[in-house]
Amino acid sequence: MSKLKLDSLLLPLVGIAFCVLLWWSIAGKSITKQTKDDWGDVVTVTKRVGLSADLPTPGETWKASRDYIVKPFAKRGELDQGILAFTWLSLKLVAQGYLIALLIGTPLGFCLGLSKTFTKVCDPIIQILRPVSPLAWLPLGMVLFLSAKINIPGVGIYTASELAALFTIAICSMWPTVMNTAVGVRAIPQDYLNVARVLKLSKTKTLFKVLVPATLPYMFTGFRLSLGIAWLVIVAAEMLTGKPGVGGFLWQQYNALSYAHIILCILTIGVVGYVLDRLMSVVEARFKTI
Amino acid sequence: MSAYVEISQLKKSYPAPGGGEAVIVKDFNLKIANGEFVTVIGHSGCGKSTQLMMLAGLTEITEGVIVIGGKEITGAGPDRGIVFQSPSLLPWMTAFENVMLGVEQVFFTATKEERRQIVEYYLTVVGLGDAMDKRPAELSQGMRQRVGIARAFALKPKMLLLDEPFGMLDSLTRYELQAVLLQLWRKERITAMMVTHDVDEALYLSDRVVCMTNGPEATVGEILSVPFERPRDRKTVMEHPDYPRLRHELISFLEHRSHRSSLGGYGVAGVHAVEPVSGSAATVPA
Repeated sequence: MSKLKLDSLLLPLVGIAFCVLLWWSIAGKSITKQTKDDWGDVVTVTKRVGLSADLPTPGETWKASRDYIVKPFAKRGELDQGILAFTWLSLKLVAQGYLIALLIGTPLGFCLGLSKTFTKVCDPIIQILRPVSPLAWLPLGMVLFLSAKINIPGVGIYTASELAALFTIAICSMWPTVMNTAVGVRAIPQDYLNVARVLKLSKTKTLFKVLVPATLPYMFTGFRLSLGIAWLVIVAAEMLTGKPGVGGFLWQQYNALSYAHIILCILTIGVVGYVLDRLMSVVEARFKTI
Repeated sequence: MSAYVEISQLKKSYPAPGGGEAVIVKDFNLKIANGEFVTVIGHSGCGKSTQLMMLAGLTEITEGVIVIGGKEITGAGPDRGIVFQSPSLLPWMTAFENVMLGVEQVFFTATKEERRQIVEYYLTVVGLGDAMDKRPAELSQGMRQRVGIARAFALKPKMLLLDEPFGMLDSLTRYELQAVLLQLWRKERITAMMVTHDVDEALYLSDRVVCMTNGPEATVGEILSVPFERPRDRKTVMEHPDYPRLRHELISFLEHRSHRSSLGGYGVAGVHAVEPVSGSAATVPA
């Protein structure tokens, strides 16, 4: 047992250490030399050498990112905030887009699962829209909401770029929910449907007492996968719209040539995505046991 | 005998590959008196369950009429309480909620308290007084079937339909549940039809045993009256002088006389069914 615990702690650390080592080995290192120039003056020249000369080393990355990590909620400016402040902004946007995806995706999945005709009508459209990348949807969203400005009292004002971002997140992340819900509805055992028929349950009662509970495990698998995609899309959306957030920060720092911050952002995105997935797995497992 | 349930010229067929039709049940006629317990017995796959599901309204009737209490049945409804082979409980609801789901449908004019009393009464009668708030996953197979029985009776149905209700249970549990069923049925006297292939179960529970011939085109073969006095208990039934004779009769029907025609095999559909029927379908006006 204790060996197992040690393994599950030690082996991942070995993996991480290996990656850091690999990173370090290809990263560029600064080498400072003193040479004599053509006039005979002694000058100090700093050169970066290495396989990927501009890639900062792990140490440099830490040094450059330290401020953003130790003061995670600092706000020095719209596009210069602590890393968790950025994460929070991104999460807020993702949550809204994801919510829209669920609100549209779940009923759509139910309709697909319940009606063969509806499936035949929608299936080609879904199959065509599904593989389209967020990078392709976003410009369309911008066009769609070009001069739109929606003011939702108590929530805030949504500008065109925000609406485009929400549109992109929603349309990209809803498919797993749609598909899994449809599969779940189709997989409801005939036994349960017979119970509803024998008891002559009304349509509403059949839906909420039989269909929805029977589909919940599938729905939550869809919800989890959708959340993963929604988080994936946020970066693309923020990069293109220039909104503050982890993705926006990443793009801005790339343009500002501070490459260490790109790595900081990538790691943050990864860790947050992982945490979100774990959280959803816990919720999902709860519904699986029913 | 005035018939409470009347099944006449019942037929079930499916379109068979190749244009013909596969006839599962044909010319099935049966009258059941009010309060009678009838068991249908036959080989697996002979069509006895199909016949019961038509009574339940869960399978469409191809031809023929079923009348229960003076009304022709169309579709499923809570006036027939069904106990399925698998208990068919909704796993996200407790035993209480599973029974309540039906009670709410049938007794929609009753007060909440009255409904609660009905559910609690039936769950207590089947011996689940202490397990009402448990989910099906927390109950044993036998206990789940008890909930199934309670659910069927709690609807106060015109008729009780039992589709091999004890088929998935071990023999000890089966005996217990047969007794529970018999006790409830004696109290309520609901006209009942059970499908089984267990000869002893049929003799213990029913007033009449209907033997079905083998499919395809399964129909009523022989009908056997079971004269044992009620209330019955297993011991007296088994020691009754007529018991071995009746048992022998049923078994010998199943072994020898259930093959109605030379066409009869154990398979339901298949080549045998399609060939002669499609030939005659051309001559008989549809």
